[in-house]
Amino acid sequence: MPPPPDPRVVVDRLFREESGRVVATLIRVLGDFELAEEAVQEAFVVALERWPRDGLPDNPGAWIMTTARNRAIDRLRRTKVLADKQARLARQALVEAELSADDRFEAVEDEMSPIADDRLRLIFTCCHPALPLDARVALTLRTLGGLTTPEIARAFLVPEPTLAQRLVRARKKIRNAGIPYRVPPDHLLPERLDGVLRVLYLVFNEGYDATSGDVLIRRDLCAEAIRLGRVLVGLMPDEPEAIGLLALMLLHDARREARMDSDGGLVLLDEQDRGQWDRREIEEGTALLERALRMQRPGPYQLQAAIAAVHDEAPTAAATDWRQIAGLYTRLVELAPSPVVELNRAVAVAMVDGPDRALAIVDRLDADGELDDYRFLHGTRADLLRRLGRTEEAAAAYRRALELTSNAAQRAFVEVRLAEVEGQPG
Amino acid sequence: MRYLLLIYGEEPSDALPEDEMTGELEAYNAFTRDITERGIFMAGEALHPTASATTVRVRDGRTLTTDGPFAETKEQLGGFYLVETSDLDEAIELAARIPGAAHGSIEVRPIWELPSSEMAEAGAAAT
Repeated sequence: MPPPPDPRVVVDRLFREESGRVVATLIRVLGDFELAEEAVQEAFVVALERWPRDGLPDNPGAWIMTTARNRAIDRLRRTKVLADKQARLARQALVEAELSADDRFEAVEDEMSPIADDRLRLIFTCCHPALPLDARVALTLRTLGGLTTPEIARAFLVPEPTLAQRLVRARKKIRNAGIPYRVPPDHLLPERLDGVLRVLYLVFNEGYDATSGDVLIRRDLCAEAIRLGRVLVGLMPDEPEAIGLLALMLLHDARREARMDSDGGLVLLDEQDRGQWDRREIEEGTALLERALRMQRPGPYQLQAAIAAVHDEAPTAAATDWRQIAGLYTRLVELAPSPVVELNRAVAVAMVDGPDRALAIVDRLDADGELDDYRFLHGTRADLLRRLGRTEEAAAAYRRALELTSNAAQRAFVEVRLAEVEGQPG
Repeated sequence: MRYLLLIYGEEPSDALPEDEMTGELEAYNAFTRDITERGIFMAGEALHPTASATTVRVRDGRTLTTDGPFAETKEQLGGFYLVETSDLDEAIELAARIPGAAHGSIEVRPIWELPSSEMAEAGAAAT
């Protein structure tokens, strides 16, 4: 027989996985973010005290829900500061009525039905465009993600009081500005869903791309973004872009171990040990992508996931199907034009049609000036010029790239190339 | 003639002492009472601080919603609508339909619903 689960581990896992669900239902019922979050937090504190002593309850999730509800009711009863006594009593009556309805639901149906909808409401409220972007991210992680305020502060390298203040202001704005707690109606849904996906992708990238900060916390951010992505796909199974984003995150996360060397330096895609890639994540991501593409409503996340999948499927860097990648970038530029995407297309074009054709694209971008402070533009241009034997121009471009690079490992990489071209004046 | 009197000032911080706030509120109530009794009060509301504001623009037919107050220095206040909607989304949709949203900006500021507003009471007494 396996050993009984450690209550502390159970509480920790439950907090990550279930607190968003419980908070979501309580917010609907109470109409108050702070009260709901505090009640749920208290319930977990009680669980940490009791479960190691008394053993685990039969259904820990339900226990948390009941305890949080009772705490919220206690708080409402104790609250004397609410000026309008009648409103308070009305709210309290509402809590008791609605929650007992939920209890009944839970008894009859499986736990997903009424509560799942609450979580979807919460996602859309936390990601409402009337909130500042940094507050959307913090609120999503704190309220839905079950990350604590200190954890989020550490992940985003901001002082804890700053982050706490950000959360307070966000909750206040939700209340004062009348941001609705609901899934947006159909005519608003495409735009709002984009906003939600953007927040999740931002959380993922913060964990994936950051070159500073605590490695474990960054890993947590990626895991949270993927977990929330799964929740969203579970709640909106017919939205191909939501599935596309989840696939994209998994297909990138699969390379996590291989993209860092033992000194914490970044390893480029073509130099990574592909044996270290997470096959399970690649398989899951690829299957999700296929499911999304079958819906025949392509979008930027699906295309980016498709590009990541082509890389992930290549057994060696040399075996990469660059023609397919270049084609996917061409479609991506059509769907979501951006100079950064165009630059990536140029890299793929260089692999398929040679540096000449690619340089034409990059020179056009360079002339536009929009990416003048983007080191990859100058680095890519330098590489293409070097391959074409135009070493003097290449050296100038490497120097410009160097000016824009602060990371030591990346600087060293450019310096080697610069020395190379300076050694062979053309 | 009708005139719109716009009140500008430093935003009260959360830490403002309560007696100071009550004092200011009483002064506002006295002013409102006075102009109401003289029959020249038409409308007036307190606004939530700018942190609760949302700015709406329409460009190329797309509604762009950004958090925070309107912050361009080139554009100037040109008019206002006071509307009652069920939530912020509905207010944003209305804002996007204002012709000025297509070239300028519409700032959506929630009204601060004061508990049992004396302003409203005074207004009701005068009619």
